[in-house]
Amino acid sequence: MKKIFGKPDALKDNPFHYCPGCGHSIIHRLVAEVIDELGIKDRTIGVPPAGCAVLAYNYFDVDMCEAPHGRAAAVATGMKRILKDRVVFTYQGDGYIAAIGTAETIHAANRGERITAIFVNNAVYGMTGGQMAPTTLLGQETTTSPGGRLPLRDGFPLDLSEMLALAAGSVYIERTSVSNPKGIIRTKKAIRKAFEVQLEDKGFSLVEILSACPTNWKMSPKDAVRWVDETMTKIFPLKVIKDVA
Amino acid sequence: MKGRILIDRERCKGCRLCITVCPKKQIEISPKLNTKGYYPANFLEEDIPDTGKIECTGCALCAITCPDVAIEVYREEKKTSKDDTD
Repeated sequence: MKKIFGKPDALKDNPFHYCPGCGHSIIHRLVAEVIDELGIKDRTIGVPPAGCAVLAYNYFDVDMCEAPHGRAAAVATGMKRILKDRVVFTYQGDGYIAAIGTAETIHAANRGERITAIFVNNAVYGMTGGQMAPTTLLGQETTTSPGGRLPLRDGFPLDLSEMLALAAGSVYIERTSVSNPKGIIRTKKAIRKAFEVQLEDKGFSLVEILSACPTNWKMSPKDAVRWVDETMTKIFPLKVIKDVA
Repeated sequence: MKGRILIDRERCKGCRLCITVCPKKQIEISPKLNTKGYYPANFLEEDIPDTGKIECTGCALCAITCPDVAIEVYREEKKTSKDDTD
């Protein structure tokens, strides 16, 4: 029998430290598969976030450069401007990109920096213990919104991708999910397109990926992916938000 | 078309997502712990030597869904028209 599926080349052998059912490792694999398919392993630089995926450099077999919290888009901008032949991607969570790193991200998109952002949205701060993030849904219980998020006390869920689509320099923005096989295949296509936009030197590209966090949502992995499909996608609908490539 | 999967017991964290997506229901949780203390997933048809009796089609949905890249998928190669005439 012929092997048709295995670990991509751009991933190291290290076992992931993520919780059972976490979407991060699926997204790591998809990014690595795209890097393999495009044949850009030797000239890719990644910027891992602060958050659960802080150790992403242990898993990707490409150059990685850690950024101070929230500043991935700024660090990626610097690297891409000096090393124009490199493919630079950032990997950020929702707390990172939509709270601490909002300014850097919006201005990088507005300047049309030729970088690709992978934005993992799980609606909570994962690593610090499941606090409310800007993307937390109304009514969602977190450790800092006991009884559920209230709009007049805690604000509304922030749709960063729609905001970035308004920036003239952004070229390709899509929201997908990794909660079912169809969504995972769709996500891989979106990541590939986002990298291609960068390779064609067109401008800023971002893929927002809705991902389950069973531990902090206090659900089983099976219930968590169902919650993404049934509840989260109502507030964050899956679609191509902007494509002027 | 027939297939086989190979589950890396030590990488698997027993999240059971592969079990929910398998169309042939040929994956179950193993009763034995792995060294990390998880009950890993187990391919039911692992010990069937006769490929004719295997239900797995090698669709790879389990591997696509697996968060830990713990599953490798093998599939019987399609017979080309040349093979058929032989």
